[in-house]
Amino acid sequence: MDQTLSTQQKPEIPWRMIGLLTLGTVAWLVAYNIIQPLANWIAYSLLAQPQGSHLGDSLAFFFYDVPKIILLLGGMIFLISLLRTFFSAEQTRAWLGGKREGVGNVLAAMLGIVTPFCSCSAVPLFIGFVESGIPLGVTFSFLIAAPTINEVAVVMLFGLFGWKVAGLYIASGLIIAIIAGVVIGRLKMERYVEDFVWQMQKQGEGIIEKLTLRERIERSWDSVKEIVGKVWLYVVVGIAVGAGIHGYVPDAALAGIMGKQAWWSVPAAVLVGIPLYSNAAGVIPIVSALMEKGASLGTVLAFMMSVVGLSLPETIILRRVLKPQLIAVFIGVIGMAIIITGYLFNWIM
Amino acid sequence: MLNVKILGSGCANCIRLERNVRALAAKHNLELEIEKVTEYAEIMKWPILSTPGLVVDGRLVSAGKIPNDKQLLEWLSQA
Repeated sequence: MDQTLSTQQKPEIPWRMIGLLTLGTVAWLVAYNIIQPLANWIAYSLLAQPQGSHLGDSLAFFFYDVPKIILLLGGMIFLISLLRTFFSAEQTRAWLGGKREGVGNVLAAMLGIVTPFCSCSAVPLFIGFVESGIPLGVTFSFLIAAPTINEVAVVMLFGLFGWKVAGLYIASGLIIAIIAGVVIGRLKMERYVEDFVWQMQKQGEGIIEKLTLRERIERSWDSVKEIVGKVWLYVVVGIAVGAGIHGYVPDAALAGIMGKQAWWSVPAAVLVGIPLYSNAAGVIPIVSALMEKGASLGTVLAFMMSVVGLSLPETIILRRVLKPQLIAVFIGVIGMAIIITGYLFNWIM
Repeated sequence: MLNVKILGSGCANCIRLERNVRALAAKHNLELEIEKVTEYAEIMKWPILSTPGLVVDGRLVSAGKIPNDKQLLEWLSQA
């Protein structure tokens, strides 16, 4: 059967989808508004812990934060996934083709946020970009922005710290990706790309598909199920640890080791973060609690970015196409950029 | 026999795609020759930027996602 026949049916208005979406939105709003009173009721009435006690406060914090973050993740990932159905790696490559360095780096970093990306596809993406003539530095700007500005990280920062910190995180991820890409481009590292990459035949355009609204919604719902299904346990454990810190660790206990005054805290946070490949979901509740006890924002953001952006698995995958020298430069440049951003935040906040 | 290639270096989605294809083939008695392509130099002969890729009868039909069963069946039963 011809494929165009089956997917290009009459554009029907998907009333059922619209109904489901409306229902979902209402249910989401109701749930989001009752979790605070519900959490207080569970902690202080049902479990009969006095307000202001360590255990009572930790419990209230836990029962509020877990559903709040899960709801935020579900809702926001749906919206982000919907947005992402309008982008694809193939489309991004077409947009980046023929762009000079500079403009290309900025565009690549921004497209890195909205283009669907999985670190397991880093290699085909790298080869496909480079062989179609996109400069190495521009390709790196994309490859750095895509995992660093991760949707789960953004949603959790928004939920636990507010929109300002989430915005700062996105902005610094962009800046790091742009700067690191420009630096790698200037260093003329082309000869440290594995030779077979340059010997590949130039590919065709690839598949750029047209989707119906229904398919976009179905796909977004699938990614909500997949992502929330994958991270919910990390959220629960992370928030439990965070709640423990919240209730039991004295205020400002960490100011000495993770505060602004400790100059070495930023590089130390980055070093600790590189091998710690956890997903953002588990780390953020913990750093949020640490911050409350005196750790500074720059240190905490540096830690987060090094955990999600400089992940060991992605680096190992990239080793297939990059020689060790370029891998070292990749880690070094991003690490430096993160450290500088960390200091910058400690300094301005 | 229809030749089906699954392009991917062993990521979770590549494994899921292969499982889905095999399950469909068994369910609908399709005679398929299923091949896994895991070397990047080989994978990149097709114009794909994200894995898993699905090649049916020498033609790339999907990349970077797991198509639903209905769509898969359409491709796989074209022979």
